[in-house]
Amino acid sequence: MRKLYINGISSISPQNEAIFKGSTPQQYENNILPAQAQDYKSLLQPMMLRRMSKGVKMGLFCAKKALDEAEVKIPDVILVGTGQGCMEDTEKFLSNMLESEEGLLSPTSFIQSTHNTVAGQIALDLNCNGHNMTFTQNSVSFESALIDALLQQNDQNIKNILVGGVDETSNELTGFQRLDGQIKKEGHRNLELYSSQTSGTIISEAAAFFALGSEKLKHSYAEFKDVEIINSLDEKILESRIENFLKRNDLLVSQIDAVILGKNGDIRFDQYYDQLQNGMFSATCQLGYKHLVGDNNAISSYAFWLASKILKEKKIPRIFKLNALNCARPRNILIYNQYLGRNHGLILLQDL
Amino acid sequence: MSDLHTELKKSIIEQLNLEDMEVSEIENDEHLFGDGLGLDSIDALELIVLLEKDYGIKLTDPNQGKEIFNSINTMADFIEKNRTR
Repeated sequence: MRKLYINGISSISPQNEAIFKGSTPQQYENNILPAQAQDYKSLLQPMMLRRMSKGVKMGLFCAKKALDEAEVKIPDVILVGTGQGCMEDTEKFLSNMLESEEGLLSPTSFIQSTHNTVAGQIALDLNCNGHNMTFTQNSVSFESALIDALLQQNDQNIKNILVGGVDETSNELTGFQRLDGQIKKEGHRNLELYSSQTSGTIISEAAAFFALGSEKLKHSYAEFKDVEIINSLDEKILESRIENFLKRNDLLVSQIDAVILGKNGDIRFDQYYDQLQNGMFSATCQLGYKHLVGDNNAISSYAFWLASKILKEKKIPRIFKLNALNCARPRNILIYNQYLGRNHGLILLQDL
Repeated sequence: MSDLHTELKKSIIEQLNLEDMEVSEIENDEHLFGDGLGLDSIDALELIVLLEKDYGIKLTDPNQGKEIFNSINTMADFIEKNRTR
């Protein structure tokens, strides 16, 4: 089987990318976190930019930066994972319908309200006619896109794959997640997320894209080894499922140098992570990221970005650490995420 | 410049999200599509909605669009002759 190298990466989130270099983290008290503003005009044409929602802007901007870093002009494949798609335009379109009593509707927001708008806009911008897929699978949307990436690499003609995750928030629709307890009822400081004793989490908008290639470059970040999705899982067999996943990659638990956990401060479901922290990974360097960038259906793409940075730069910023263990030369990093006790995702990255 | 010309320019800037563009930057005889303002087919749909919503004009023949949406002048002429509100 051919290898897949991570040759270019880019992320936009509620934190600047410079957080990896030790910059002061952004603090939020609202439970819906906005993505950091970017100079979109530096890479996107103003005439195209004017009708893009934030999710489309973030996705296209990250895609172009990741491809640029990998020195790829047009990828063979474009894969995007997004759980909720273009929420801003969906909300605009629905509001227009209400205001005009289902009369005259602006076509732009309707056209752009579909989940596959981001992947479509990337293809239009790059003039890429290759395989173009969008995966909407709740919190394993990005993992689903990664599975397709692994399938695509079996085709000898596929050299470069663009894969990413993106989810945006909107004024009203995102707030609906308060109604079923997904968002914490009380205001919560993001940096104190892990000490929370209440249900729900903090929701955010973010995007992270990666240029994966069959050829290793001088500046490649890491190798993307494997991914697995488990839609429903009894907590009791979580550890054995992880062991099986590692086993199929010829690894033991002790060979995992760092585990990136999707812990999100929801007292109802953080026990999945607690179990791993106190159990099979108690002697492993443990990292978290949702206290910085919040949670959404494609946020594991941020964990993928973090793992790539760690493996390339061989350092782990203190702000991501969940325990005191150090890891001088990280080689294997496991990413584990679940949401509301469902849709468990495992991703494995390895040093070059 | 008539009030209608100015009103049209303001509506187009707002409806089509022409950020950073001022009314004074759009010439009355400038082509709205192609080499001029650079509008595209999605904008054409928005302009059709704008005509119906603001001036009560329903375009029955899509082929008329090319002529009507040539410039601010041609749009204003068409609106003057056909407006119902």
